[in-house]
Amino acid sequence: MLLIHCPYCQMDRPETEFRNGGEAHVARPADPMAASDDEWAGFLYYRSNPRGLHAERWRHTHGCGRFFNCLRDTVSDRIVTTYKAGTMRPVPAPEAL
Amino acid sequence: MKFSALSVIAQGLSGNRGWPEQWRSPEPKPAYDAVIIGAGGHGLATAYYMAKEHGLRNIAVLDKGWLGGGNTGRNTTIVRSNYLWEESEAIYEHAMQLWAGLSHELNYNVMYSPRGVMMLAHNTHDVQVLKRHIHANRLAGIDNEWLAPQEAKAFCPLLNIEANIRYPVIGAALQRRGGTARHDAVAWGYARAADRLGVDIIQNCEVTGLRREASGAVCGVETAKGFIATRRIGVVAAGNTSVVMAMAGVRMPLESYPLQALVSEPVKPMMPCVVMSNTVHAYMSQSDKGELVIGAGTDSYTSYSQTGALHVATHTLDAICELFPAVRRLRMLRNWGGIVDVTPDRSPIIGKTPVSGLFVNCGWGTGGFKATPGSGHVFAHLVATGEPERIAAPFSLERFRTGRLIDEAAAAAVAH
Repeated sequence: MLLIHCPYCQMDRPETEFRNGGEAHVARPADPMAASDDEWAGFLYYRSNPRGLHAERWRHTHGCGRFFNCLRDTVSDRIVTTYKAGTMRPVPAPEAL
Repeated sequence: MKFSALSVIAQGLSGNRGWPEQWRSPEPKPAYDAVIIGAGGHGLATAYYMAKEHGLRNIAVLDKGWLGGGNTGRNTTIVRSNYLWEESEAIYEHAMQLWAGLSHELNYNVMYSPRGVMMLAHNTHDVQVLKRHIHANRLAGIDNEWLAPQEAKAFCPLLNIEANIRYPVIGAALQRRGGTARHDAVAWGYARAADRLGVDIIQNCEVTGLRREASGAVCGVETAKGFIATRRIGVVAAGNTSVVMAMAGVRMPLESYPLQALVSEPVKPMMPCVVMSNTVHAYMSQSDKGELVIGAGTDSYTSYSQTGALHVATHTLDAICELFPAVRRLRMLRNWGGIVDVTPDRSPIIGKTPVSGLFVNCGWGTGGFKATPGSGHVFAHLVATGEPERIAAPFSLERFRTGRLIDEAAAAAVAH
């Protein structure tokens, strides 16, 4: 079970308080009517699924109820950092990895 | 050496010292007609059918570890074909037909045991879903039947059908031809049979890159044992498919999750069939060794760790203890995880890719073992001829663009 730091509550809480919300920074096509089938497929279905550092969304369902983002290593499952929704993906310092 | 009663007696009389290796451990040749990446059940079956039915003998199967060491050796060995949609029914039933004769075909005992797969209903929704499956299956000529709780209890005496449990059993769907097979033996049987047809199985040979020529088509693979030239590559890498495909610059509609299983200490035969419950998320069968084999769920996040969280396994064990009170005091012997590649519609991808010469067979998610023979059979056709067989065609990568999904997500036996 992961121990996840909620950037809103500023607390480390057990994973069971959270819901995973899939890959972060997947942007909906800005002009839906103009988007091609390939663009829709990319938005709806295609994911980076990296072996290594992964940016993902979590929702603190049994806490503040808010979405935030998280950088996690998918091999070790170690969380590098969490950050608020709407902010840019941070570039972690090499010593943090 | 062919396995037969005579060879067993002859070897027995000579102290069983004369058994040869079941397959060679060759060094890779500089070039092959086709390279399969991933020596699990699906990859080995692919190579076997390419050699046997399509006459290709100059084939290599590469694996970063040992053959059958990924999800083939980590699943809960269940075989069934009671899927909802016609496309799924066709491919899983194709596999089922091959299971029936597989030990004979491979001259290797895969211990296929059609002991029955029973799926439990705990509420009105379950009853409707299971009956819909039963009707759909029977229209497709696949056996599946409805059982009242007492009939379910008669089929599996271990089952608790009392009304006072949290989720009482109010019925069940039974596929009698469903059952189990020995997962390791499937990999070993295919490996041995493919090797006898001249296929090179190269273990401990991680693929580090896919080389493409100026036209964009593949022309070889970079590996831990050097470059291997080939114009046809079949990727059958399960949880690591996204990683391998990224080497050719191809993004996939996949996410990789840890899926767990457990086995108990071995006990005498007590569990005559496979029982699955979607609603309380638990399923159990008994191996021929006597261990109770229990399948738990996936974690909620993507991972390559091959380990699942304890609370996921505990959740399943709570349900197991309620459904099968007799097993409450058994100790769990082992618990492990495998990395499953899950598609948005929970159906596999068997198809061409945007890269010429590169084919992919993936997305079997939490239920690929049962499809092993059928998957290998149709993928062999695709890699050998360049075009999909009729029953594999709907499972193309294209479907995520056209929207013709095969939505087994809400239809799976155990939702993950």
